[in-house]
Amino acid sequence: MPDLRPDPEALLRQAEADGRGRLKVFLGYAPGVGKSFRLFDEGRRRHERGEDVVVGAVALELNADLQRVVQQLGAVPMLEAGGRRAVAVDAVLARHPAVCLVDDLARDNPAQATRPKRYQDVAALIDAGISVLTSINLEEIDEQQPFIEQLFGRRSAETVPQSFIDSADEIVVVDAPEDPSPLGEIAGSDAQAIALAALRERALLLAADAVQRQLDDYLRANRVDASWGTQERILVCMTPRANAAAMLASGRRNADRFHGELFAVYVNQPNLTAEDRSALARNVMLARAQHADVSILDGHDPIAAILEFARQRNVTQLYVGHNLRRTWQTRVTGSLLDRLIRLAKGLDVRVFPH
Amino acid sequence: MSDFARGRLTIFLGYAAGVGKTFQMLTLARDLQQRGIDVVVGYFEPHARPETMALAEGLEAIPRKTIPYRGRLFEEMDAEAILARHPTVAVVDEFPHTNVPGSARSKRWEDVSVLLDAGIDVLTTMNVQHVESLNDEIWQSTGVRVRETVPDWIVKQADEVVLVDLTPQALLNRLERGVVYAPDRAQKALQHFFRESTLGALRELAMRQTALAVRSRVENQVQRVDRVDRVDQVGQVGQVDQVEPVERVAPERLLLLVAADASSAALIRRGRRVADYLHAECAAVYVAKTPEMSELPRADRQSLERQLTFARRLRIETRVLVGSDVALTLVSFARVYQATQIFVSREERGGLRMMLGRGLIQRIVSLAPDMQVTIVANRGVRRRAVSS
Repeated sequence: MPDLRPDPEALLRQAEADGRGRLKVFLGYAPGVGKSFRLFDEGRRRHERGEDVVVGAVALELNADLQRVVQQLGAVPMLEAGGRRAVAVDAVLARHPAVCLVDDLARDNPAQATRPKRYQDVAALIDAGISVLTSINLEEIDEQQPFIEQLFGRRSAETVPQSFIDSADEIVVVDAPEDPSPLGEIAGSDAQAIALAALRERALLLAADAVQRQLDDYLRANRVDASWGTQERILVCMTPRANAAAMLASGRRNADRFHGELFAVYVNQPNLTAEDRSALARNVMLARAQHADVSILDGHDPIAAILEFARQRNVTQLYVGHNLRRTWQTRVTGSLLDRLIRLAKGLDVRVFPH
Repeated sequence: MSDFARGRLTIFLGYAAGVGKTFQMLTLARDLQQRGIDVVVGYFEPHARPETMALAEGLEAIPRKTIPYRGRLFEEMDAEAILARHPTVAVVDEFPHTNVPGSARSKRWEDVSVLLDAGIDVLTTMNVQHVESLNDEIWQSTGVRVRETVPDWIVKQADEVVLVDLTPQALLNRLERGVVYAPDRAQKALQHFFRESTLGALRELAMRQTALAVRSRVENQVQRVDRVDRVDQVGQVGQVDQVEPVERVAPERLLLLVAADASSAALIRRGRRVADYLHAECAAVYVAKTPEMSELPRADRQSLERQLTFARRLRIETRVLVGSDVALTLVSFARVYQATQIFVSREERGGLRMMLGRGLIQRIVSLAPDMQVTIVANRGVRRRAVSS
């Protein structure tokens, strides 16, 4: 529902007025893809350009290259208790750099810390006007845990809510070959390799969705009437007699295939019979069962209503039923189909005979 | 199994110049070298940033070949010299590059195929806008037409596609740093705006394209595992719907109805794209009235030939059918081909063709109730600024 989202320009103004810092997240699909490297490399570049950068948190083990960068930048020593370490938030606030590097976002803080989670410390820094660069793996996102459990039979102990990742001003995917060996020796079993690829696909799509959201916001903020065909969005038009089950099943399959979204609509018309109404009610249930985003449209011109909805939701494929019996009435339906095809210029129209 | 294997192809995929593709590729090359693997640089753009240049310095470079053309000298990758040197891994920048006329092969990706055939692993770079079937989508979302493209089947052969990501803000900062401020700031802001939204759209596409490559490879792998009957060993991950290998429904087969006009190129690209996502077979046909196609003016015949050649370049099988009734001929062939979907172009606005065309779509739909007919979008640029 684009209209429910806050106006990004207003948010930006608010952020500037509040003096909040910016959050940038480096997202990896597995440990070892190089998130920390990218994080500290950006920190180093900013430092060299004269920005005031400090290190707020590092992973326990750092390789020699990263240790050098951390030394160069200067670190605020972390708090330590009971084998856990935390960002020394008060010390960072006192030092008040422009940018703070916080590796390993998902860690839990020591039991006696003010805030139980590292990401909550990061939120405190941002509130205080300090920008934060941070890193996380897909498997450490709370909402991904059912997926992670399916893959590995266990959940991650320390996680960050998706909403915090979504609140980031920028998300960068840190991708790497699953198997950097040129000999093609994938470490471990096929099962592990497949699980790793599944994680990687998920991370890429999660980032793509975030980019799409930001793009939508950006375009709306700049008042651009845009229609992006980047993600496939399928709209199933349900009529009482259409073979909605087939259309919805195909729509679901294709939406999954394309990593796209599925919508279903019908246009409320005054002259529907009781029989039509119960058919439509059945169709709505079918659509919900296929996890389609169902809407009921109003309007005396059903085609205009459908096309307006399609435009608002950046739909790329339209599924319509078509009655094959050539009665007087279906001749009229036929011409409706003609009109729909003619007007839906920017869309693929897929016709399902019934 | 033969002990001679084709080389592995790794593509570093980005969405614009300056995101760091070459840097990441050379970082991996250095890493491999440090692990004792024989790596050479086959080609790399000499106008790179200092940091990138520094990475290439420790790697052996194969001298480029000089080719004279129209009184000037051009430098191209020397594939033959790389073959003679026969390293384990060759680094080849700019996969979509077109070689200067007079080179052994017209495209760099053809040079790379030669290296792969000889068993040499190749690391290369390209941007998402150079994937052939994405041409229309890119045009639609950015207004940019790309000339140098790589056919999808070549990209699909990659053993690894690695996304090289950078936020558009960071990229624009990178580009602007050191660049003198334009005198007209408003002009600059406008440019910035269009560039940022364009870059965002391309970036999203690069992410989705990489995700598709990852999934396709997993599916091939799962099928391989299936074939050697080791399904049980995948037990731990067997429940994952995300890597569900094969659809439970019968495989899709797409049939494209090509015409002599330019709109067919978009139809062909769209067909290729959908076929790739669905893992479907895809064929393209033209229905001629007579075997000699004498009903078509010569210019149309040439245009048709271009469309069919284009389809074949995207690895779509083509066929010219002969029949006086286009719909009937098409649908009869679709039955033989066991098509599940038929793709047709949207007719041009107005004119006789449209009148005929409307009847044509209706007829195809009624003759093929067992298939789905898709009228493909006219993917022009639909973006416009409402106000500024």
